[in-house]
Amino acid sequence: MEQTQLVAAPADAATSSISLRGVSKAFGPVRAVRDLDLEIRQGEVVAFLGPNGAGKTSTIDMILGLSRPSAGTVQVLGMAPHEAIRHGLVAAVMQTGGLLKDLTVAETVAYTASLYPTTAPVADVLRRAGIAEIGDRLVGKCSGGEQQRLRFAMALLPDPALLLLDEPTTGMDVEGRRAFWTAIRSDAQRGRTVLFATHYLEEADAYADRIVLVSKGRVVADGSAAEVKKLASGRTVRATIPDPDEQALKAIPLVDAVEIRGDSVLLHSHDTDEVARHLLTRTDARDLEITSRGLEDAFLALTGGEPVATTGALA
Amino acid sequence: MSTIDLSARRTPPLGGFNATILGLELRRMLRNRRTVIFTLVMPVALFLIIGLNSKYVHESAGRGNVSAYVMISMAVYGAVLATTSGGAMVSLERALGWSRQLRLTPLSSTAYIALRMAVALSLGLASILVVYAVGIATGKASMPLWVWITTAAIGWVGSLVFAAFGLFMGYLLPSENVMQILGPVMAGLAALGGLWFPLEDGSTIQQIAQFTPMYGLAELARVPLTGATVEIGWVVNILAWLVIFVVGAAWRFRKDTARV
Repeated sequence: MEQTQLVAAPADAATSSISLRGVSKAFGPVRAVRDLDLEIRQGEVVAFLGPNGAGKTSTIDMILGLSRPSAGTVQVLGMAPHEAIRHGLVAAVMQTGGLLKDLTVAETVAYTASLYPTTAPVADVLRRAGIAEIGDRLVGKCSGGEQQRLRFAMALLPDPALLLLDEPTTGMDVEGRRAFWTAIRSDAQRGRTVLFATHYLEEADAYADRIVLVSKGRVVADGSAAEVKKLASGRTVRATIPDPDEQALKAIPLVDAVEIRGDSVLLHSHDTDEVARHLLTRTDARDLEITSRGLEDAFLALTGGEPVATTGALA
Repeated sequence: MSTIDLSARRTPPLGGFNATILGLELRRMLRNRRTVIFTLVMPVALFLIIGLNSKYVHESAGRGNVSAYVMISMAVYGAVLATTSGGAMVSLERALGWSRQLRLTPLSSTAYIALRMAVALSLGLASILVVYAVGIATGKASMPLWVWITTAAIGWVGSLVFAAFGLFMGYLLPSENVMQILGPVMAGLAALGGLWFPLEDGSTIQQIAQFTPMYGLAELARVPLTGATVEIGWVVNILAWLVIFVVGAAWRFRKDTARV
């Protein structure tokens, strides 16, 4: 499978939010992240997509300063990750854990607020997160949704310049999800950068300025939602060609990607009719089949065609 | 599009350590029924059962009576259980992902450890004060005022060793309920420290016991009452165990933060 790099606009230092250069992370023999480059500018809303084991969590951990890269450099807002954290510039919302069950909701927010030199008033944050009326409830007695709102309230306390979200809307209903994204987008207008991992492809399409697709520790696609969606659409022509020549096939107009399996050839294109016409008239291809790829199939194709064909695994 | 003014951001003083988190942490400890029972209720109950025995009330021990001797022992036991519980809280916080959450805030690791120590020592002080308050209220324990104060102070300061022990165990053991494992261990160490009943001088058990972690502290805390000569071995015992637990905790702490 061909690697696809759509956006490589360099961010200058003053507006760079996240800068990963040649970053690798190895855990013993396992190379979770391989020579990854990523520049995210301030105010961007970026979706981070990839199958399980693609290296998303390892990458996020390095951005948060929870682990150090084996090679390469990580900079957040022009400083080392732990410095950015120390200055209250970064916040993250993880999907589970990270809360003390024996504190109340209001106490948890007050606890977190006390760790920063300046924060928004606790009462305001509770109200904005919609948890003011359960302020006196013990965290252990809160529902999953309420706990998630509490995590948001905690993350927004220091008014972070960079917000990292791991599957932020899991468990929310449609209305809650829409309200959530409206709030996130309006924050981004004011300069906040948001990097979120999600397995809702539609959500990435609808709300991200940019989608970064990772697979096997590398960026395999990086572009606006529309650009990646274009990559992720289209159809596949399957044909039998004796002794296929990969270079010649790639040179066929409108062909985006080529896959060869013995005498079988799979050509991906947005205009499969044109490709089929070319194959039938200019080559000795036979047994043509044209199939549509679903969004999921396309993402699987982009991430290396690993047999992980469930929606959840795409996150 | 605007950008956020980065230069306006400051780091917190004292690495984030502040009175609010200390207060909330203490409230958490007191909300935990098991902690309250083992560190505040049980030492008092043991003092009431053993120390108020009429034989002990009328039997003298150094500058006071045996009731006072028992009271000191129970206060020390309460204090070491309290500081151990306070230190061992890190185990629960690691299991819940709270320590990871804190690493995403400006709270420094040093301030976090200082917070745990402060909480442990506060609870240890509460444990001693409760036992002594009951001792005063029941009016049976008798010793000079300065002995009340010095024994309490020695017991409290010495319980720091067990705050380090709790921290070490909290980082070492993966369990959410470290104290369930440590409870019986503490009771055994207390027996070897001579907190349950005095160890016969020169006996085999005493020969072994003098190397165990509660022995030095128990002996030293009772000195103002008994008027015994301070043995250098008691002080060495306390300091050696303090070093062992601090080094152990630091070692596990490094491993823990490297892994996450």
